Amino acid sequence: MAVPFIEIKNVFKIFTSHKQEFEVLKGINLDIEKGDIFGIVGFSGAGKSTLIRCINGLETISSGSIRVGKYQINKLAKKDVNIYRQKIGMVFQHFNLFDSRTVYGNVSFPLEIATKKKEEIHNRVLKILDLVGIVNKKDFYPGQLSGGQKQRVGIARALANHPSILLSDEATSALDPVTSMSVLDLLKDINKKLGLTIILITHSLDVVKYTCKNMAVLENGIIAEKGSVKKIFENPQSTTAKVFIKHNAHLSNPYLSGEEVC
Amino acid sequence: MLNFLAKLFRQETLDIILPATWQTLYMVLVATPITIFFGLLFGISLYITDKNGLYPIPIFNKTFGAVINAVLALPSMIVIILALPISKFIVGVSYGPKACIIALTIVCTPIFSRLVESSILEVSKGKIEAAKSMGASTCDIIFKVMLPEALPTLIRNFIVLTITLISITAIAGTFGAGGLGEVAVRFGYHRFKIDILLVAVLVLLVLVESLQFLGDRLSKRILKKRHLI
Repeated sequence: MAVPFIEIKNVFKIFTSHKQEFEVLKGINLDIEKGDIFGIVGFSGAGKSTLIRCINGLETISSGSIRVGKYQINKLAKKDVNIYRQKIGMVFQHFNLFDSRTVYGNVSFPLEIATKKKEEIHNRVLKILDLVGIVNKKDFYPGQLSGGQKQRVGIARALANHPSILLSDEATSALDPVTSMSVLDLLKDINKKLGLTIILITHSLDVVKYTCKNMAVLENGIIAEKGSVKKIFENPQSTTAKVFIKHNAHLSNPYLSGEEVC
Repeated sequence: MLNFLAKLFRQETLDIILPATWQTLYMVLVATPITIFFGLLFGISLYITDKNGLYPIPIFNKTFGAVINAVLALPSMIVIILALPISKFIVGVSYGPKACIIALTIVCTPIFSRLVESSILEVSKGKIEAAKSMGASTCDIIFKVMLPEALPTLIRNFIVLTITLISITAIAGTFGAGGLGEVAVRFGYHRFKIDILLVAVLVLLVLVESLQFLGDRLSKRILKKRHLI
């Protein structure tokens, strides 16, 4: 069997707050293949965000190991952490664009800190803005953009420095359904065009169903279930997946079905 | 009214007020950049060395914070008295505008440090995290994210600082620093020359109001440019 691109082995993450210990991740094992769109779903507080932050080293893991390509994340020297992160793109729920910079400036930021040449930056920024479809907005400030446009800038910024992975932290949760769909289409498109591995965390099953090939269900810091999206949707095993899928199918408004409501 | 103003601003008064105004401006103009430099340095240090900061050194953070608080807690008059020997050591005299500049800087740097710290605390954690996720170094985060993002608030705080400096030159005036404060005390308080006191106060008011006006304009202009208001 081929060696997976991302290998997460027995990862524990313990937070200490006011001398109390909170085990957020309790022995996570996960393999993700190159070019996959991998969804991680779970309720709020299940540890999704912590897990994704461990992958790019924004959180340090308490024990276990994470390997991404040739990088062993938990053993990276301090000076290598930034170089490694420059190769991982991340998009956020609340976009986190820099208000002091234009769209162009936001997308050029990761290239500036990677000390690329001016001309190279210019060409790359225009190319990426074109890819995400907002090249006409390059001189706008984030304050002038709609949510969907902001997220496109966020994605462009994450893609600017040729990353090998794109991490998406609830990237569509703050957007309306139609915009959300167009952003997910963009992610699928990028995955196909650039062969980029995308890890997508979300609490919406619709998002996973629409976008991902494989998925994992996170429940109180453990992987309750993992496999292809098709398999899990057809035959959910974990409580979280069952609850999610059941809610998805049976969410009905009594006012619409004509039932008596008192 | 005109008659009253003409009386108020007669030549002898102007002969006293104008040099004093110049002295005040001189002190403020020299002390402001020095204070801004150290205030930014200390404020940023306080921010990044916090235990949850970009470069945590909790022991330094706590000690340094305590020193800043100590200077802040003392009445500015006491700090000026304590600063006079330091002024003597640095510029050779313990009176006059030059000595006063050192004292002013020592009084105002802790104030401005805290203002800088609170300005950059307003930059959302998400933006800093985004920069970190892209592999930005601490230096890049400070100069390319934190300071530009906090700029409109920082400008407002520059103005607060400059106004504080002006008001403290007035206190320092009582220790032979010269300037409008000294004139107000010497003529207005010791000699009951109310007209001179009034003119000194008017000039101070005009200085403060125009600074505030300029600062507000500049800060609003940046916010407008960024479409944040």
